[in-house]
Amino acid sequence: MTAVLSCQGVRKVFGEAVVLDGLDLDVAEHEVVALIGASGSGKSTLLRCVNLLEEVDDGMIHLDGAHITDPRVNPDRVRRKIGIVFQAYNLFPHLSVLDNITLAPVRVHKRRPAEAREQALALLARIGLAEKASAYPDRLSGGQQQRVAIVRALVNSPRLLLLDEVTSALDPELVGEVLDLIRDLKADGMTMVLATHEMTFARQVADRVCFLDAGRILEQGPPEQVLDNPVEPRTQQFLRRLAPA
Amino acid sequence: MTRLVDGAPPLSAVQLDRIAWRRRQSIRSILVAAASTAVLGVLLVVAVTGAPGWDRVRASFLDPSIAADALPDILRGLWLNVRLLFFCALGSLALGLVIALLRTLRGPVFFPVRALATSYTYTFRGLPLIIVIYVLTLGVPGLRLQGMPSVLVLGGAALVLTYSGYLAEVFRAGIESVHPSQVAAARSLGLTYRQAMRHVVLPQAVRRVAPPLLNDTVALQKDVGLVSLAGPIDAVRAAQISTAEHFNYTPYIVAGVLFVLLAIPLIAVTDWVTLRAARRQAGR
Ligand SMILES: Nc1ncnc2c1ncn2[C@@H]1O[C@H](COP(=O)(O)OP(=O)(O)O)[C@@H](O)[C@H]1O
Ligand SMILES: [Mg+2]
Repeated sequence: MTAVLSCQGVRKVFGEAVVLDGLDLDVAEHEVVALIGASGSGKSTLLRCVNLLEEVDDGMIHLDGAHITDPRVNPDRVRRKIGIVFQAYNLFPHLSVLDNITLAPVRVHKRRPAEAREQALALLARIGLAEKASAYPDRLSGGQQQRVAIVRALVNSPRLLLLDEVTSALDPELVGEVLDLIRDLKADGMTMVLATHEMTFARQVADRVCFLDAGRILEQGPPEQVLDNPVEPRTQQFLRRLAPA
Repeated sequence: MTRLVDGAPPLSAVQLDRIAWRRRQSIRSILVAAASTAVLGVLLVVAVTGAPGWDRVRASFLDPSIAADALPDILRGLWLNVRLLFFCALGSLALGLVIALLRTLRGPVFFPVRALATSYTYTFRGLPLIIVIYVLTLGVPGLRLQGMPSVLVLGGAALVLTYSGYLAEVFRAGIESVHPSQVAAARSLGLTYRQAMRHVVLPQAVRRVAPPLLNDTVALQKDVGLVSLAGPIDAVRAAQISTAEHFNYTPYIVAGVLFVLLAIPLIAVTDWVTLRAARRQAGR
């Protein structure tokens, strides 16, 4: 079975700083991978490279066996198969919740507006936000906004969903509703890569945890193994610093 | 007992007292404002009409019969201003938007386009409007080309060239004020650069810069009359002609009043849009 996502020797340099230094990562179908690591270790950069929002400086990325970092590939076509949700600034403030969700289906996939609308309403109903369909994003709580952003990323039926610190900007009591949605997606078999600095989140949803350090994945394995019994001194040090003092 | 909502608990004595006090305060403010306005108004009228030269000024600036006589010509001129304003405003907005978009294009292929658009905004913001009007209305017809448009169209073009330079910069400021993550979010949904611009960036940008755009339109309203330098008779030029005929300045006052009346709706819309934008900001 080929991996949904396969990164081989991915390198990314910003000026002098080597952020990703020959990183390898394979993600199987239906697998949920959590990226952890210190702030600035390159988690977001990796996700942005996979979504072709950044150009890699070396190495290759394959999606479903297709080489997507080939410069001859149309990045817009690749992005339609990948959903991504950021930490903040996800929703378009000038569009209602419904229009946020139907924008890509109608404009990119040329679906009939009525049909796209129905699909969006069904998705909103699933996350309990049907009555917010015509509201504007600034009338929603942070947790509701992130759930809408995730639903919007799903409307293209992506092969892969990338989540970058989607709960970091939220008040603690709002984190739960977003986590519930992500757990539902996992139950549906969505393949996901998520960057997080919340170890409980990684533990609850991830099949595999990858610790990023010095531009590579230093240590990886099931959450219990990496989070509870890390082998590498750097991982131990990172987790110790996170542990409540 | 006072109840605001059925079932809500009755208001406490303290709150009732607060409400009564606020009401008394606002009535007092209105009375004070009315009284001070009246006093100032009376003082102004007394000072102006009591001035030694008042009768002469009234005769040469405020003669009703001359006003009635000049009105038709001035109105005909004003109609020219209105038409010019309409077409020049639309033209400058469209051209300004195009130039702003050209300036945002990335990539080496677009270097010449970017450079041209940039020098355009530098040139036409620096060049006095009067010179642009003279060059277009006097210089261009000198080429004696086939199908030369009328002086009026050339004058309108001069206005559009100058104002689109300003409006392009306003649009560009709006485009740059939209957070880059919005483009990233749009591109990640598979929208192309153009689709992201059109459906995500521009709607937000235009909303943000609507007040300054309208403000420039109000300024344009006063500048459209400058085409009369090249011949066409606008309201101010008509007033000037009438003034010379009557040896009386009343036509200028008539034209001035008409200009203000014409501007009021536009200014009111500008204020309303500005206020709404400010509220929206505060609501964040
Ligand atoms: N566009 C950019 N230009 C320059 N440096 C960047 C850019 N994006 C990220 N970086 C740098 O790359 C490093 C990794 O950033 P990031 O991927 O955001 O880390 P993480 O998400 O793990 O916190 C940081 O040092 C950051 O300053
Ligand atoms: Mg990050």
